[in-house]
This record gives sequence, structure tokens and C-alpha cells, in this order.
Amino acid sequence: MKRTWYPGLWLILAIVIGMAIIPAITGSASLRETIFTLLLAVGLASSLNILLGYTGYVSFGHIVFFGFGGYVGFYLLSVQGWHLALAVAGGGLASGALAFLLGKAILKLRGAYFALATLGINEAMRSLIINLDTFGGPLGMNLNFQIYRDYGGAAQALWTTYWAILGLVVAVVVISYLVKRSKFGLGLMAVREDQDAAEVMGVASANAKTWAFVLSAAFPGMLGVLFFFKNGNIEPVDAFPLVKSIEMIVMVMLGGQGTVLGPVLGALGYERLRGFLLTSEIFKDVHLAVAGVLLLVIVLFIPSGAVGWIRSRFHSLRGVVE
Amino acid sequence: MILQVKGVSKFFGGLRALNEVDFDLPEGMILGLIGPNGAGKTTLFNVIGNVFSPDQGSILFQGEDLVGRPTYMASRLGMARTHQVVRPLNDLSVRENVMVGACFGKVGFGLRGAASLVDETIDFVGLSESRENLAASLNVSQKKRLELARALASQPDLLLLDEVLAGLNQAEIATMLDKIREVRERGVTIVMIEHVMQAVMGVSDRIVVLDYGEMIGDGTPAEVSKDPKVIEAYLGDPDLAEEMLGD
Repeated sequence: MKRTWYPGLWLILAIVIGMAIIPAITGSASLRETIFTLLLAVGLASSLNILLGYTGYVSFGHIVFFGFGGYVGFYLLSVQGWHLALAVAGGGLASGALAFLLGKAILKLRGAYFALATLGINEAMRSLIINLDTFGGPLGMNLNFQIYRDYGGAAQALWTTYWAILGLVVAVVVISYLVKRSKFGLGLMAVREDQDAAEVMGVASANAKTWAFVLSAAFPGMLGVLFFFKNGNIEPVDAFPLVKSIEMIVMVMLGGQGTVLGPVLGALGYERLRGFLLTSEIFKDVHLAVAGVLLLVIVLFIPSGAVGWIRSRFHSLRGVVE
Repeated sequence: MILQVKGVSKFFGGLRALNEVDFDLPEGMILGLIGPNGAGKTTLFNVIGNVFSPDQGSILFQGEDLVGRPTYMASRLGMARTHQVVRPLNDLSVRENVMVGACFGKVGFGLRGAASLVDETIDFVGLSESRENLAASLNVSQKKRLELARALASQPDLLLLDEVLAGLNQAEIATMLDKIREVRERGVTIVMIEHVMQAVMGVSDRIVVLDYGEMIGDGTPAEVSKDPKVIEAYLGDPDLAEEMLGD
């Protein structure tokens, strides 16, 4: 806490920004698409980590915030004609508000009960949206392609979205780092280790958990708006894929829950693996089974994930690998 | 009076864990709370520490009624406790554990503001060498001291110690008793639950005896150990009574 130049943070930002700059230099659109997917994964995993890693709450339905925020933002863009930046903020606020209300109701639950509740919420939200005509019901909504003109044409809009997602991911990583180094973060970790003891020591656990949940939900909401803006349409099936929730958990666990670098590396590693599996003849239909086995192996053999393992093996690296 | 326990009763289903327990505690005192296993000592701690609400009666801490307020308020108002079964925050370092005490205690320091207090407290309980180790890696005696450090770092006015001597050897008990006396010198009022009779009789100014949730004795160590009710219900053995008065 005495260090002032935060090597751990710079390392992560160097990885994220360094990777994101490559397509700008080469001008390759296909590489840009690949890295867009990677950045999205990094952003989702890092925001889930605030809840899963710092606070110790396993959310099996975290993708609900991506979908819900995406829907709200998409509605603001396409129906209300808001600017993208405002729609992104609106999506984040909507997801944060949803998490606030849900948190008041279900954060009292512990362990498996909380996880089950989050599963139910994702399914409930999908059913709700399917029956909501304002949001296009089962067919979803489409963007009028004219809208891309406001952002310098479709080609330019894709680049704009790309830089916007990079900005968001950098924000998630920085906030994740700051939370970990703050009194708020210390309270969260105390709750993770022993909620009753933390409460006796003066941590207002209900409050701390609610804000952690809100923070961890707001970013997926914003990312969702960008993703569906780029996509041009939004449907319930794409917005609430339960599988993604589970993949987010795999990413966080693979890299190392509760560390800042872990979810970043975990997301990159898992997405690369997934890309490889999906294009391989043998594995293309069973890539989720591989994810399941991977999660099992992590939980059994390296529960602290790759970064946790490095930290426990190489004490001298602790200042850099956080 | 720093603490007033007024007619407190607590039931667990049909079991009466506490029955009309009633005492006042002036500032600066060490109160020993003794009684056989299952007498309700830890339950009384949980009620005083605002973990449970009493079914009847009230707890006034520095004149404020705690009943119905959230558990964390006790710490914010200046009350700290240790747990009988230690509850270290395993995946955090010793320093971070004590930091939690300092940051969420009475003063509510920021991380930077707490740094020197935390380091002093760790030195005070003798955990300096383990400062950066994970709490999970400590042995029992160290975990007991960590409990004490966390509680002290919150800078409490009232400290509740639940069997901090249990599981310690003679030398460690002597050191711990010195620490407890030193804490009292700083003006902290202490209530301690203890089974190591000689120790609790030696260090306490006053003893409260519980048996089946009833207060059956209240007085100085000498008075209590001569009280026929206490000897009959709790000690049941004149030799043990002698041991209590020994030294």
C-alpha cells in the first residue's frame, strides 16, 4: 500500500491496450473482430470478479445484466434516438439499478442458494422480455442502418465501437484494481472470508454486498449496449445465453478469482481455447464439455487459478502480479 | 456505567439459554464471566455484542440501546470481541485482518490512516514476524492473538474476550494475561469468559457466575468462590474452590 506507481496495474493495462492497438496498426477488420470478442470477454470476466472474486458470491446468471442493459440501451438508441454514449450510460444505469433491487432481495441468501436464485433470474428476465412488446417480444429489435451515418458510416461506426469497448474495458480493469486496494474492497474480502465475523468487526455487509453487486452489474450492461449496437439487432436468445454466464465463471476461475490480472488472463486464455475448439473438427460440437472439464480441473487442483498459483509460488512477484 | 444488561432472557426453541440476567458494569473494570459448559456465557456475549437480539430485556452500551440495530453497529459504537472458536479471515494476511478491525471499528480509519495503528497492534500481540503471512497459516496460539489484535485495532471502549486462554500453554497464558492487564491500563473495560479458573480469578475485579442461563453469583473473586450456591451448583467440589483461591 506504500507503493505509488502501481506496477500491477500497468502490467494489465499494457496487456489490454497493447493487444487492442494491433488491429489499428495493421488495419485488419477480421483481427479487429477477434480482439473485440476478446475485449468483451475481459470486460465481462473482470466485472464478474468484483462479485465472485472479491465478495465470494457465485452468480450463475450474470449475463442477465449484459442482456438487460443491452436491451435498454438498444431501445434508447433505436426507438428514442439517443446518442450511443448516452445509451451506453443508460444501459449501465439500468443494469446497476436492476442489480440494486435484486441485491436487496437475494444477497441475504448464501452459497448455493444465491447461485440458484441468479440462475432463475436470468430465465425469468428472458421470459419477461419475450412477452414485452415494447422490446420487440420474441423477435427482438433491429437498428435502422441509417443510424450508423451519425457515427461516420457503418465502417467508421465499427471502429468507434471498438475504441469505446477498449475504453470501457480499461475502466473496468482500473476500477477493479482500485476496489481491491480500497477500504470498500477490504470490507468485501472480509465478507467473503467470514460474513458473520466481518459484521462483528463493523463491516456493514448487506450494504457492501449490494454495492459490489451493482458495480459488477453496471459494466456488463454498458458492454451489452456496445455489443448489440455493433450487431445491429437484439433478440432474447442472444441477450440471455445462460452458457455465457458459466463461461464467465470459468474465465474468472481459470485466471484466478479475487486477483485483478487473473480474470484478464483467464478471459484471454479461455476465448483463445474456445476459438480453437470451435474450429477444430473433433471438438467443435463439444466445446462446452471442455469448458466443464476445465472448471472441474481448476476447482480440484488449482482453486486459486493461474495468477493465484503464481502468487503463492513466487512471493517476489506479488507486487507485480495482482 | 459502560454496559447495562437489563433483565435479559434468550430462548432457543424451548431451551431457556438466558433467564433474566441483570448486571451493570462500570468503566475500567475486568469482569470475569464463568459457569459450566452450556451455562449461556457465549450466548450472553452474542446478545451483548448484538449478534442476537434478546427475547426480553435490553442491553445499554454507553447509554444506547442496541436491541434491533444491525450487528455492525456494536463495533462502530466502540465494542469489540474475540471468538471462542477463532474466526480468522483465512485468505487475507495478518496485516489485512487487523486492518479490517481498524478500518471498520470505532474510529473507522482509512487504509492509510490505519497503517501505523495496525503495525503497533501487531507488534503488541507479538505477531510481527507473521505480518505478511496468510491468517490460515498461523497456529492456534497465533490465531488467538490475531483475534485479540483485530479487536484491539478497532480501539474499543469495551472488549469482550471469549476464552482467549483456551488451548494456550502456561507461558502463553502468562503472556496473554499481561497483555490483558495492559489493555485495561489503557482504559478499556473488559468482559472475559474463561475456564482457566486460576487465571480468571487472578485477573478479574469482579466475577459473574452463570448456570443454566441463571445468574447465580456476582461479586469479587473471593466472595464468589466462597458463595455456597456457586460451590454447590458450579464447582461441586471444595478442592476446586481452594484451587480457585490459590496463589
